[in-house]
Amino acid sequence: MIVLAVDVEKQLGAFKLGVRFEAAGGATALFGPSGSGKTSLVNMIAGLLKPDRGSIALDDTVLFDAARGINVPPHQRRIGYVFQDGRLFPHLSVRQNLDYGRRMSGRPQDAKDLERIVALLDIGHLLGRRPRMLSGGERQRVAVGRALLMGPRLLLLDEPLASLDAAHKREILPYLVRLRDDAGIPIVYVSHMPAEVRRIATTVVRLDAGHVAAAGGLELLTDADADLLA
Amino acid sequence: MLDLTAAEWTAVELSLRIAVVATACALPFGIAIGWLLARKNFWGKTVLDGLVFLPLVLPPVVTGYLLLISFGRRGPVGEFLYDYFGIVLSFRWTGAALSCGVMGFPLLVRPIRLALEAIDCKLEDAAATLGANRVLVFLTVTLPLALPGIIVGVVLCFARALGEFGATITFVSNIPGETQTISAAIYTLTQVPGGDAAAGRLVLIALALAFAALIASEWLSRRAAIRFHGE
Repeated sequence: MIVLAVDVEKQLGAFKLGVRFEAAGGATALFGPSGSGKTSLVNMIAGLLKPDRGSIALDDTVLFDAARGINVPPHQRRIGYVFQDGRLFPHLSVRQNLDYGRRMSGRPQDAKDLERIVALLDIGHLLGRRPRMLSGGERQRVAVGRALLMGPRLLLLDEPLASLDAAHKREILPYLVRLRDDAGIPIVYVSHMPAEVRRIATTVVRLDAGHVAAAGGLELLTDADADLLA
Repeated sequence: MLDLTAAEWTAVELSLRIAVVATACALPFGIAIGWLLARKNFWGKTVLDGLVFLPLVLPPVVTGYLLLISFGRRGPVGEFLYDYFGIVLSFRWTGAALSCGVMGFPLLVRPIRLALEAIDCKLEDAAATLGANRVLVFLTVTLPLALPGIIVGVVLCFARALGEFGATITFVSNIPGETQTISAAIYTLTQVPGGDAAAGRLVLIALALAFAALIASEWLSRRAAIRFHGE
């Protein structure tokens, strides 16, 4: 079943992005070298960047449709977004960061929900701390938790491991795999690292210079992709 | 030595009341204009920027005189305020609060603007994806992150309002019990023979208030910093 249908065009300076893909449940990787337009694309899905043309639909909701003049603002899209740099709120504790999405939507507090996600990501011992006191890996786990606790219909992960060293990457990857299998929320995972994509993705969309070069299963990752690691 | 007469106490009380009211009334405008200048590009931005900072470079007497001809009973704004709301500002302590607020305004706006410019807009994007509309983003992310700058602006504006002399005396004169602040009272006392002792007492009060404001701002800024970044 198609969960996310994207068909967008956007001129970004000299760079032209024109991408069309569909994602089912599970984890879809947007895979490609730096500068292939991956982050711009997820920003459009989240509503932070407005496409020039095209449409974006999630389940049976139209989030964006240029022809019909529809553009749902980001705060109404209910799309969880884990940024490359975490973007935790520095003036709030970890607990308050995790609780932010619920507070903004005015939903009642759900201790079970919090408990489940805190356990899933193993961040219980961090709740009282400030983001500044966290390691890179801890920060990204809290960012994932914050996005999950808003009750998203879709989770966008934009190179969530890019700012981490190899040891921290190994630390956080199992959590992401668990997330894919347990949370039941479709995931769009942006990465230029074949090793990560192999571990997490169920479907792969290969981007190159702002266009879809290929879409399919993990077999799309060839040995040549090892070069991208450089 | 600090045995103040009733008239001197009145001057101290008036000064504080005027400075507090001036700062409190200026603050919402200061945040709004600081935000406009930091975040928006619009026609006339340079003019607004200049207008806000004018009181800092104009002779205070000129600012006071401009207030007098516009907010005086027969001035265009003053007449409007009196006819429609029955408000009189000239020669009243509220007028003193207006002139002090105007004089302190540039000092209020500048740190707020700088603080807002320093905020990473990406954090506001993150808040939006988490379901916060624009107003909530401003209240829960932008404003708290700008708090150190707001504190600095408030303290500077308050201190300026407390010490304001030129614009205030030009606009609302020097009426004991109504518009005679500490500064105006000291000025009056130095003009009469034998006023030195009383002037000295008020000078000490002014010193104490200035120190208290500095210590308070230091304490508030440190608390804000701890809230942000941990100890």
